Amino acid sequence: MIELENVGYSYGGGELLSDVSVQLIPGSFHFLTGPSGSGKSTLLKLCYGALTPTAGRARAFEADLRDLNRDQMAMLRRRIGVVHQDCRFLDHLPLADNIALPLTVSGHDASQEGSDLKELMQWVGLSERAHALPPELSGGERQRAALARAVIMSPDVILADEPTGNVDWEMSQRLLQLLVELNRMGKTILIASHDLALIRAAKSQVSVRVLRISDRRLQLAGADL
Amino acid sequence: MSRGSIRTLMLGDAQAARVVPPSGFTAQLTLFVSGAMAFLAVFALALSLSAGRLADRWAEELARSATLRINAPADQRSAQTDAALKILTQTPGIASARALTDEEQTALLTPWFGADLNLDDLPVPQLIEVIEADPGYDAAGLRLRLAAEVPGAVLDDHTRWRRPLVDAAQSLRRLGWFAIALIGGATAAMITLAANAALSANAQVIEVLRLVGARDRYIAQAFVRRFTLRALVGASVGVAFGLAGVMALPEASQEGGFLTGLGFQGLSWLFPLLIPLLGAMVAFAATWSAAHRTLKELT
Ligand SMILES: Nc1ncnc2c1ncn2[C@@H]1O[C@H](COP(=O)(O)OP(=O)(O)O)[C@@H](O)[C@H]1O
Ligand SMILES: [Mg+2]
Repeated sequence: MIELENVGYSYGGGELLSDVSVQLIPGSFHFLTGPSGSGKSTLLKLCYGALTPTAGRARAFEADLRDLNRDQMAMLRRRIGVVHQDCRFLDHLPLADNIALPLTVSGHDASQEGSDLKELMQWVGLSERAHALPPELSGGERQRAALARAVIMSPDVILADEPTGNVDWEMSQRLLQLLVELNRMGKTILIASHDLALIRAAKSQVSVRVLRISDRRLQLAGADL
Repeated sequence: MSRGSIRTLMLGDAQAARVVPPSGFTAQLTLFVSGAMAFLAVFALALSLSAGRLADRWAEELARSATLRINAPADQRSAQTDAALKILTQTPGIASARALTDEEQTALLTPWFGADLNLDDLPVPQLIEVIEADPGYDAAGLRLRLAAEVPGAVLDDHTRWRRPLVDAAQSLRRLGWFAIALIGGATAAMITLAANAALSANAQVIEVLRLVGARDRYIAQAFVRRFTLRALVGASVGVAFGLAGVMALPEASQEGGFLTGLGFQGLSWLFPLLIPLLGAMVAFAATWSAAHRTLKELT
């Protein structure tokens, strides 16, 4: 689905990532871990084309991301659900509209898919907050809303950057539960997180592969976690 | 900028417009400047059209008629007049020539000498009205021949004193059009600045939209629609005020000459109604290119 081949990336200084190769096969569940500042967010951005590798190539759905024009890139984003590290909402629109935004911008009639939206908001437990504005939400509510927005187009792949970043343990378990359910429905999942307890909790429920960034390179972590 | 995109713009994707937060202050500035520009454009247009009418009328009269004056002692006057008329009828390029009657000459002089004027008391020259054909005559050749055969004849083809007036009216018309072009350019510049400001103020919004898979076209539309509608509304109000101002100018009159002729006549009253449409088109193009320039720089 998504494949990085000998990818290197540098923001202009020294190389942040070198010689990174990884392949996300359909239905797989990956964790990406590493210390803060090691390049987890950067690697995720390379996967959905927000950044272009400075070496090697990135592929998604058989297409080299370098060859896509801007419209094709927009189409690709509709097939990849992204939970951004700091969520990113349109602060002037109520939560329900924010969650439906991918439908709106792709020309779907959001009102026609209203029942789907309702179900989805129920699934993430935000039905009561449909009319709240994003700045009024708690950290956990924002994370669940971001996840709901990422999956509303039923993408095949979900990339989540620190989805449990600033929520308590109980909430992080709930979010993990949602992601595990999505994986059982056949979605490919990649979660960037430095929360080892969360990774252990996931391991007890699904088969998980853990990738670790260390010393600019990506390694497959063993069972030593 | 296809016809389709203009249609979706006008029919309005209200949802697309909603994804960009409302912006009170810049919106009002855009409305105000479009209105002011449209107001000025109405006067520039009135100036060009009036100057144009004047130039055309004067040029027409200038091309078509001339006057021959016979300054001769009373006893030779009618002989020289006959000789001159004979030459004129033989000259190619002259449609007709006619000596003015005493009554007509009196009428011409009445404004200066009063109604109870007796022409016999004054050494008034005989005037001959010459109407030019198309193509016209050779004025220099005619002057030579008249000088040889009718010593008292002076050909006055009006060119000498009307040419500068026609030139002046034509420059005034050009000036008017130039002012309209400047107003259009200034409007485009203003809208571009406002659109750039709006685009950078909403950089976060644009980033979110790209993240969830919005195409450039969709994002640009939200901005283009706003600025086009603002320019349309602002310019319509400006034109309404401008037209009211032009209507308040005094009627065209003989005494007032050029100044009172300033305004629109007949169908030309419809021209100012094009100003809001042109303003909207300028805003559309300016915002569209500003949006595409900005979006190209983002991933
Ligand atoms: N836009 C950017 N420009 C320059 N440096 C950046 C940019 N984004 C991130 N970095 C740097 O790249 C490194 C990795 O960042 P990031 O991928 O966010 O790490 P992580 O998500 O693992 O914490 C950090 O040192 C960060 O300062
Ligand atoms: Mg990060």
